[in-house]
Amino acid sequence: MRRRHWFSKTGLWLGLGFLYVPIVSMIVFSFNNSRLVTVWDAPNSPTLKWYGELFRNEQILGAAWLSIRIAAMAATGAVILGTLAGLVLARFGPFRGRALLSGMTTAPLVMPEVITGLSLLLLFVALEQLIGWPEVRDATTITIAHITFAMAYVTIVVQSRLAGFDNSLEEAALDLGARPAKVFFRITLPLIFPAIMSGWLLAFTLSWDDVVVSQFVAGPGSTTLPMVIFSKVRLGVSPDVNALATIMVLIVALGVVASAIWMRRQERRREREMQMATAANK
Amino acid sequence: MPLPSHRLLSGRLGLWWEIFYRFGPPRWTLYMRNNWAGKRLVIALPYLWLVLFFLVPFIIVFKISFSEVRLAMPPYAPLWEWISEKAIDVHLNLGNYLYLVTDDLYISSYLYSIKVAAISTVFCLLIAYPMAYAIARSSPATRSLYLMLIILPFWTSFLLRVYAWIGLLKSNGVINNTLIALGVIDEPITMMQTDFAVFIGIVYSYLPFMILPLYSNLEKHDFTLLEAAADLGAGPIKSFLRITLPLSMPGIIAGSLLVFIPAVGEYVIPSLLGSSDQLMIGRVLSDEFFANRDWPVAGAVAIAMLILLMVPIMVFQHFQSRELAGAK
Repeated sequence: MRRRHWFSKTGLWLGLGFLYVPIVSMIVFSFNNSRLVTVWDAPNSPTLKWYGELFRNEQILGAAWLSIRIAAMAATGAVILGTLAGLVLARFGPFRGRALLSGMTTAPLVMPEVITGLSLLLLFVALEQLIGWPEVRDATTITIAHITFAMAYVTIVVQSRLAGFDNSLEEAALDLGARPAKVFFRITLPLIFPAIMSGWLLAFTLSWDDVVVSQFVAGPGSTTLPMVIFSKVRLGVSPDVNALATIMVLIVALGVVASAIWMRRQERRREREMQMATAANK
Repeated sequence: MPLPSHRLLSGRLGLWWEIFYRFGPPRWTLYMRNNWAGKRLVIALPYLWLVLFFLVPFIIVFKISFSEVRLAMPPYAPLWEWISEKAIDVHLNLGNYLYLVTDDLYISSYLYSIKVAAISTVFCLLIAYPMAYAIARSSPATRSLYLMLIILPFWTSFLLRVYAWIGLLKSNGVINNTLIALGVIDEPITMMQTDFAVFIGIVYSYLPFMILPLYSNLEKHDFTLLEAAADLGAGPIKSFLRITLPLSMPGIIAGSLLVFIPAVGEYVIPSLLGSSDQLMIGRVLSDEFFANRDWPVAGAVAIAMLILLMVPIMVFQHFQSRELAGAK
């Protein structure tokens, strides 16, 4: 049995190498002194000078702050709407128009970004002609666009988490006379809370990362961080982008490790509680 | 059984609700439970949002794709105008679509995009399958570690990960420098601005989207089937082809569509890594829109792309809804 896995195991390690080599090389060259990004300037490296340059770059810092605000708002909006949509699709049974709703929540997962961007921009232009809003395209229009494509991901995450539980707990609470809203907040919400958390993080990342849709719906005064990076990178490699990438990789890695530890601890606690509950029943 | 007093006092309607539930006619309570007023609101909120910001925009794109371009803001002519009180003048301009069919640029971009997306999808599948298989067959503890390693790059910026390949692939980049230093080659190989670079970029960025559906399918397999096949004398290749591969078909299809459909309209990767001689359709659309300011043609390009992708998108939805229903 063991002998048969060498092929897929090698494939796995090669694949992981493929995933990480570019990231590692980006991190290594962020400490390179030379402006020629890929030529290692051995005598003067490693250096932190590109990090210093990054933190003096007002344009990048401003764009990063704008991106964080947009991503936080978009993630929150996407989580609220996506949770509702997931709840409706997983629990409400058949209703008129269910097929359309389920179609509208899965289509954005695969919709090419240029189409989403173009269609939303044309909507905003048409709305402006019709009702005078939005007068200028700014962070608000970007946020709306991001909520729209990110909520699809949240819906899927919440829906599949809900599909993993049967609704006997909710039914029982309803039978005992709890009102639907109370059932949602006291039972359903705690059950799907991990899904909501990961949905929020996913939506935040998608928004934080988006360049194509933002380019369509942004106005002149609202340049997000990916838009700045994209226009910089189109002109060629620049070392301060390496430094920026390294910082982002570091934050993400810390966040992922921390959340993994937190989730494991939650899981352990739940197991302990279950054990205690069964012990108490005996 | 006496009613607990704290529940009686909770909320203004608490008492009436309690009484209704305990002593009301059973059918009424069931009706109330299934048709409470909030239910409509819960459905309506995401519904209205998606209709307004997802469905209506497509209708607008469709409408604009039939209008004529003009120098104004917004740069398209209205489809209909009221000439007098009673007469309406409709200009339905099919010219944009005619233009798409007759101009070689568009047809070749569509074909090229489909080719690039298809080849990248195949490579993605070939790389992802052994990885997903190895993860599915490892012990639960290492499994979650591997999955974390797969997903971790996905959380870092997509744009920056594509950017990282520029540093590796360009003429004086890391790969060429290493190969020259090792004496494998004398002249740097041109890798940037080629189809190869675009394939690498797409495979690299979309790999997790292929691995995860494959993994979630392979994880459910009953591996004793393979042992049974081995006992009956089937070799590893035969039992793979006859058992594992057919069983993992839903995962293969879902993963492939998850890569193929967005890759057709990919804009960032070909702009950064690809050549400017042969454009992909996403780039053509944004050039029409931003550089030429020809919104109607951009709309027509988008609608044509949507029609092209309609069948794959519907197949994807079918598999997605089956997957979510099967999770129970």
